[in-house]
Amino acid sequence: MQPDVVRQVKNNPKYQELISKRSAFGWTLAVIMLVIYYGFVLIIAYDPALLAIKTSDGAVMSIGMPIGVAVIISAFALTGIYVARANTEFDRLTNEIVESVK
Amino acid sequence: MMKKLLASLLASLAFVGPAFADAVTGPVEKQATNVTAIVMFLAFVAATMGITYWAASRTKTAKDFYTGGGGITGFQNGLAIAGDYMSAASFLGISGLVFSSGYDGLIYSIGFLVGWPIIMFVMAEQLRNLGKFTFADVASYRFGQTEIRTMAAFSSLVVVAFYLIAQMVGAGKLIQVLFGLDYWIAVVGVGILMLIYVVFGGMTATTWVQIIKACLLLAGATFMGLAALSHFGFSPEEMFKQATEAHPKGQAIMGPGGLVKDPINAISLGLALMFGTAGLPHILMRFFTVPNAKEARKSVFYATGFIGYFYILTFIIGFSAIVLLGQHPEFFKPDALVNGVVDKAHLVSGINGGTNMVAIRLAEAVGGNVFLGFISAVAFATILAVVSGLTLAGASAISHDLYASVIARGHSSEVMEMKVSRMATVCLGVIAVILGIAFEKQNVAFMVGLAFAIAASCNFPVLIMSVFWSKMTTRGAMLGGWLGLITATVLTIISKAIWVDVIGNAAPLISLNNPAIISIPVAFIGIWLFSITDKSKRAEQDILGYEAQDVRCQTGIGAEGASGH
Repeated sequence: MQPDVVRQVKNNPKYQELISKRSAFGWTLAVIMLVIYYGFVLIIAYDPALLAIKTSDGAVMSIGMPIGVAVIISAFALTGIYVARANTEFDRLTNEIVESVK
Repeated sequence: MMKKLLASLLASLAFVGPAFADAVTGPVEKQATNVTAIVMFLAFVAATMGITYWAASRTKTAKDFYTGGGGITGFQNGLAIAGDYMSAASFLGISGLVFSSGYDGLIYSIGFLVGWPIIMFVMAEQLRNLGKFTFADVASYRFGQTEIRTMAAFSSLVVVAFYLIAQMVGAGKLIQVLFGLDYWIAVVGVGILMLIYVVFGGMTATTWVQIIKACLLLAGATFMGLAALSHFGFSPEEMFKQATEAHPKGQAIMGPGGLVKDPINAISLGLALMFGTAGLPHILMRFFTVPNAKEARKSVFYATGFIGYFYILTFIIGFSAIVLLGQHPEFFKPDALVNGVVDKAHLVSGINGGTNMVAIRLAEAVGGNVFLGFISAVAFATILAVVSGLTLAGASAISHDLYASVIARGHSSEVMEMKVSRMATVCLGVIAVILGIAFEKQNVAFMVGLAFAIAASCNFPVLIMSVFWSKMTTRGAMLGGWLGLITATVLTIISKAIWVDVIGNAAPLISLNNPAIISIPVAFIGIWLFSITDKSKRAEQDILGYEAQDVRCQTGIGAEGASGH
């Protein structure tokens, strides 16, 4: 890549906007995923009985079942949330930046 | 005795993680030849050979060979990633784990899944924008090519080799059980088919084999899950109720059991599963098959959905098998029966062929012989898809990283590079078959665990730091990467999985089952320390190169596009 293109892009305010928005968003979602997963792992490590509590009196199903499924769904949902914003808002910004140096 | 056995089994599972049924360990008995399964499998082979023939006509350039021309859509790639990732191990192993210990199986599946969002948020588009054919393209982007590519290629080959041997041994044993073929015939057969796909059809054929396999596996598992649930009037509560009544552990299967013993091992395993996924060369390579960052993101989204859905199905399959298999005395060893009925205490230990066969037996129980044949054929197809992807990744590390960039210093012709990659594929295939046969009677359970640990401790740290840390230098990346690789390997050797289970010592030198909690930080600290103390000319150049790299990484300006067709 030409050095002047790099400079031009870096000086574009939209580039700064893209970077700060996207990295804040990406890392936030990453931290949410880490908290959900390691929260789950730490419960298993320190208080496994918590997950074995029944969903209601007389029921066999433990609260660990819906919680486990919810962790799986949260992983899928978080990727969906990221794609929804990245493929519209962030890509629009990216295209504007790319057009500006053409 | 049984309890002790189970405890040690679970302890070894906690280490080997993804490995655990990649290699169906222990002796297996050869079954009667299953004609339906063989016919269905031949249909799969015929279809994939047709695709390979078509793919071969489209595989003209190096880009076609490594990335299928870069024109695969996000949805197709998502399916292919799922096909690459859902191994026979996850299907048979996790449903077997749910069958024997209930909730613990779910803990495992979750560990396999949560690496995907992380790949999405910090890696997918970066990889796509910076890379060309291999992840080493990204890791070495602004650094000394020789040092970084040599390290990345070596680590890729180690990861691929261990993963491949484990798959081969598992394939041999599984096919022995499912099809009634001899072990060596099974291994040679897998080797030959895989070579045909990769050598002639490159990434295009590999991708379609993975897509077809993913569709078959998802369809088969969906049918099985629904058919099984229909026995309980589609009520999970009813399924859990009957399962706790039928299982020797009773209510204990509804919560975490012995899988994860202490917090350190729990976290270490979690780290290896999560970040290992983000460092597997054959998975990373799939991001270069899509035309742009947008499609790369979509791939991860679809892949996460398919894989998550699949794990929920394996969970239903395992739980319903607890109830449904117990009604079929013919699936059990004679000494597990009392008056012709399955004895509750022997439900887990008495099943013919071991708990890895649970999903296969359930297929027979809910769908008869034809469906059994279908699921067996799918299991074989699954192995083929996974080994093809692995071999292609290994061959690319040899031809693109070692040959073209290190040995020929970037002056090789494309024709020559393709020739080398095909030769490398053949060599890897032959080696995989020889080692697969040599390791038949060996304990290979540690191999995939080690592969994940190395991927998480060498590939992942170097990759992520090269993208996000402007001050990383060639020296830092190289020394940090090697440190991570060596630490992961040494700690694995002195842990239970090798020190006790393979070498035969009485006790491991460390109680840590998975090295990730130590080896990942070692790699990051190594990268940091040897970068900040690096005052060489090369280091200046490395740091100076970050701006241009970052602009390309963020915007895709200058990134590889899709080829014309």
